[in-house]
Amino acid sequence: MAVTQLVGAKIHRREDPRLITGHGHYIDDFTRTGTAYAAFVRSPFAHARIKKIDITDASKAPGIAGVYTARDFKGQLAGTHPAAPAFTAAKKYVPDRFPIAEHEVCYQGEIVAAVLAETRAQAVDGANLIQVEYEELPAVMDLEKALQAGGPKSHTDGPDNVGWDIPYTGPEVTEAAFKEADVVVKERILQNRLAPVPMEPRGVIADFEGFDNKLTIWLSSQSPHFIRLFVSGSLGLKESQVRVISPDVGGGFGSKISPYPEDYLVPALSRIASRPVKWIETRTESIQNATHGRGQFYDVEVAAKKDGTLLAMRLTQYLDLGAYHGTFGGFQAVACLMAGGAYKWPGGISARTIGILTNRVPTDPYRGAGRPEATHLAERMIDLVALELKMDPVDVRRKNFIQPKDFPFTQNFGLVVDSGDYDKALDKALEHAGYAELRKRQAELRKQGKFMGIGFSTWIELCGFGPSAATAPATGGIALVESAQVRVTPTGSVLVYTGTHSHGQGHETTFPQIVADQLGVPMDSVELRHGDTAEGTAFGYGTYGSRSLAVGGVAISKAVGKVIDKGKKLAAHMLEAAEEDVVFEHGSFHVKGSPDKSKPFGEVAFASYGMSLPEGMEQGLEAVAYFDPPNLVWPFGTHIAVVEIDGETGDAQITKYVAVDDCGNIINPMIVDGQIHGGVAQAIGQALYEEVVYDDDTGQLRTGTLTDYMIPSANEIPMMIVDKTITPSPTNDLGVKGIGEAGTIAASAAVINAICDALSPLGIKHVDMPATPDRLWKMMKEARK
Amino acid sequence: MKHKVSTTVNGRRHEHEVEPRLLLVHYLRDNLGLTGTHIGCDTSQCGACTILVDGKAIKSCTMFAVQAEGKNLSTIEGMAKDGELHPIQQAFWDEHGLQCGYCTPGFIMAASYLLSTNPNPTEDEIRKGLEGNLCRCTGYVNIVKAVQTAAKTMSTAPAKKATVTAGGE
Repeated sequence: MAVTQLVGAKIHRREDPRLITGHGHYIDDFTRTGTAYAAFVRSPFAHARIKKIDITDASKAPGIAGVYTARDFKGQLAGTHPAAPAFTAAKKYVPDRFPIAEHEVCYQGEIVAAVLAETRAQAVDGANLIQVEYEELPAVMDLEKALQAGGPKSHTDGPDNVGWDIPYTGPEVTEAAFKEADVVVKERILQNRLAPVPMEPRGVIADFEGFDNKLTIWLSSQSPHFIRLFVSGSLGLKESQVRVISPDVGGGFGSKISPYPEDYLVPALSRIASRPVKWIETRTESIQNATHGRGQFYDVEVAAKKDGTLLAMRLTQYLDLGAYHGTFGGFQAVACLMAGGAYKWPGGISARTIGILTNRVPTDPYRGAGRPEATHLAERMIDLVALELKMDPVDVRRKNFIQPKDFPFTQNFGLVVDSGDYDKALDKALEHAGYAELRKRQAELRKQGKFMGIGFSTWIELCGFGPSAATAPATGGIALVESAQVRVTPTGSVLVYTGTHSHGQGHETTFPQIVADQLGVPMDSVELRHGDTAEGTAFGYGTYGSRSLAVGGVAISKAVGKVIDKGKKLAAHMLEAAEEDVVFEHGSFHVKGSPDKSKPFGEVAFASYGMSLPEGMEQGLEAVAYFDPPNLVWPFGTHIAVVEIDGETGDAQITKYVAVDDCGNIINPMIVDGQIHGGVAQAIGQALYEEVVYDDDTGQLRTGTLTDYMIPSANEIPMMIVDKTITPSPTNDLGVKGIGEAGTIAASAAVINAICDALSPLGIKHVDMPATPDRLWKMMKEARK
Repeated sequence: MKHKVSTTVNGRRHEHEVEPRLLLVHYLRDNLGLTGTHIGCDTSQCGACTILVDGKAIKSCTMFAVQAEGKNLSTIEGMAKDGELHPIQQAFWDEHGLQCGYCTPGFIMAASYLLSTNPNPTEDEIRKGLEGNLCRCTGYVNIVKAVQTAAKTMSTAPAKKATVTAGGE
C-alpha cells in the first residue's frame, strides 16, 4: 500500500459523539411495544438434584404472564449447547448441556425456571416465589482430588471428571536434554480464575413474529452471526428466518463470544408467549454465569546449561473446565503450544493438557486466552533459570531469543512464527526504563531494607484467527476467515460491511481510514456497518483473538481492490484506452503517462449505474471478499514493571511501567495505545487484585459482586510509558498484526517477576497471583522466620 | 401505593406517580427515557449511573426516585448545550478517554463534579476523585489525561468552540 494520508494518523473516533453525549444504543436502551420481562430462577447450590419445583405462588403473583420449567421448552429447543471440538483432537467426556436444568444442577447459577411478567420488578418478585426442593450433592472443587479415582463426580452420570487428557508431545522428546542439563528448575504456577466483567452485563431481547415465522434478536454479543447459527438451529428455524442485531456493546473481553442459555431461552419464550421478551443480566448474574477465564495450574520444569542456554521444557496444564465445556473452551490449551515463548528450545518441549470438570461455571476464552498463561509461565521460568545461575534476566533472554535471521521460524509444535525482532523491542524498553539506573537504585534501597523489584516480559503472541486449514477443524467446520462487502452508491459514497464486531475497538474509524486511503476519497464519504446479520455478507465471524484488522481489515481491503478493478475496466472504456494502460492513483483513474486524461472515482461510480458500459459489464459498483489468511500473525514486545513492596503491609505499588510493542503497521496509533493501556490494566488486575473465589467445600461463590471481586480503579493503575517498534507482518498485504490482547498477554509476567525480584533477598523465588497484600505479607512473614 | 415525585432534570420539570421502591436510575431511564445513564452493577460500585443532584455527584442507583422530590438533576444528556460539547466531553473525545463507552457518561458526570470543587486537580486528586467509577477498557490512562485537558480548557477559555462533528484533528 502506498504512503498515504489517513493510515497511520491519529484520527478521532467517529463513534464517540454519540457515546459521550449519552446517545449510544446498548441492549437495555431498546424496548419493544408489548414487551414481557424475563427473570430466571437459578440454582443456589453448586451440585444438587432437583426434587420438586412448586410454581403455585409465583403463578398467582401480580403481573405474572407465565412461569416455565424445563419441560415447557421440550419441542421448543432441540439439541445441546455446542462445544467446539477445538484443536485438541477427540475429547474424552463432554457432558450434555441444556439451556435449562431438569434433574440435576452442576454449578451455582444454573437456570431451573423462568418467569415472564409485565414489569421487570414483577418478574423478579415472581421468580422469588418459586419454591425449588433440592437434594444437595458433593461439589467437585479441587482439581487434583477431581482426578483421583472413586471420588465424587461433577455429573452423577459421568464416567469421571476428565474432560480431556491430551499429550501433545511425550516426555521422551525431552529426555536427552534433561540428562545433559547443568541445571533444572521446577515450579508449580497458578492461573487465578477471573471474571471478565465487561461494564455492560449481557442482555437479550427477542421478538418472534409468528405470522411471518421470523425472529429478531437483539443481544450484547461479539459474534452475532455465530449466535444466529446456533440459536436458529436449536429453535428449528432457518438461519434466513433469524436476524441478530448486536448494537453498541459495552465491552466483551471474550465473555460475549459463545452462546449462553438465555440466548436460547429468551427467543423460545417469545415464541411461546407470542410477544417480545426482554432480559437484562444483573452484575451478580454476570459474575456467577458469564464464562470465566484462566482457572488453571501448571507443573513446569526447565533444563538449561550453565551459561544460560535453554535446552528443554516439560509442562502439564491442569485446566478447570467448570461444569461443562465452554463452547470455545478448548482454545485455552493453546497455552501448551505457546509455552516456549520468544525462545529456542533445541532439546524440545514436552506438553500435556488435562481438562477437568468441576462444579464451577464454565471457563472460555478471556482476553488473551491461553497466551497470557503461556507468557506468564515462560517468563517466570526464565527468571527462575536466571536466579539459579545468578545471571541478569535480560542476558538469559537475549541469549535464547529467536533471531531476526531465523524468520519464518518453525517452533517446537510446528507453528510458523512469521516475523520478529525481539532484541529491538527489548533495547528500546530498557532505554525507556533506564535499566542501569534502576539496578543502582535497587541496590541502594536494598541496603535500607526496602523491597524494590524490576520485572520483564519479553512476550510473543499468535493471533489473527485464522487460516481455514487450522481453524475449521477446531470449530466443527466453520473456518475463522473474514468477509467484507463494499458498496459504492451512484453519488460515490461508500458503504463498508464487515463481519467483525466493534465493542470498543473503534472499527467505525479505523476501517474507513483504510478504505478512504485506498480509494482516495474523503473519509466522511465512507461509512462502516457491522453487528446486524441482515446487512452485509452471508456470514461474519466476529471479533475476538485480535483478529479484526489482521483478517477483517484485510478482507475489506481486498473488496476495495475488486471495486477498483471493475472501476478500471469502466474507466478504460470511458477514456477509450486499454484496461492495462489505466492506473488508479489519488482517487482518480488515468491513462499511464497522461495524468490529464483521467476520470475521478465519483464520476466512474456514477457511470457504473448508467447505460454506457463496456460489452458484458453489469451495472453497479460493489464487491464481496473473503480473506483466508495464509498464516497467523505474531506480535511481540517487551514490558518492564518496577514494583515497590511495603515491608510492613505487603502492599505492592507499580512505580514505573514501560510497554514497547510491535503490531506491525499501524492504522491509528491513538487506538493502538488505548488497547495497550486497557490490556495492561486487565493483567495488573489479574496479577494483584482479581480472583473468583468459591467455597472449597460447598462450591458457593464468594465473590459474586463488585464489592468482593475487585477490578482495579484509577487508583490502582499507573501511568505507562508506551512505545512501538514496527516489524510489518509478511502474512497479509497491509503488514498488520493484532493488538487487542497484547497488553493482557504481556503484563502479568512483568508485574509478578518484579515482585519476585523485589522479594528475592528474603529467599522468595515464586509468588502466585493475585499478589494481594495479604498473600505477600504472609509470605514475607514466613520467609523472615 | 404510588407516590408523586416532581423533579427538574436538565432544566425541564417532570411529574410522575411512581412506586416507592423505584430507583432513581430506573426512573431516569424508564420513565423519562434518559438512557444515557447506565447500570453496571447491583451494589453501587461501578459509578456508571453517576448524575448530579443539586450539583453534587450521586450514584443514581443509591437513591429512590421519591427521594429526588424537588431536586435539580443533571444527566449526561444535559451536558452538551446548543450543539456544543461540554469541555469535559470534548476532552474525552480528544484524549481517547473511552473505548466501549458504557462507563463514560458516569465518568463525565463524576469529572464535572470533581472540577466544580477542584478546578485544578493534581493527577493524584483526579484518580482519587474518580475512584467511585470503574472502567474495564482504558486502564484509566486517557481518562486521567482527559480530565487534565478539560481542567486546562475550563480554566483558560470561557467558551472554546467545540461542535459535535466527527472527523480528523
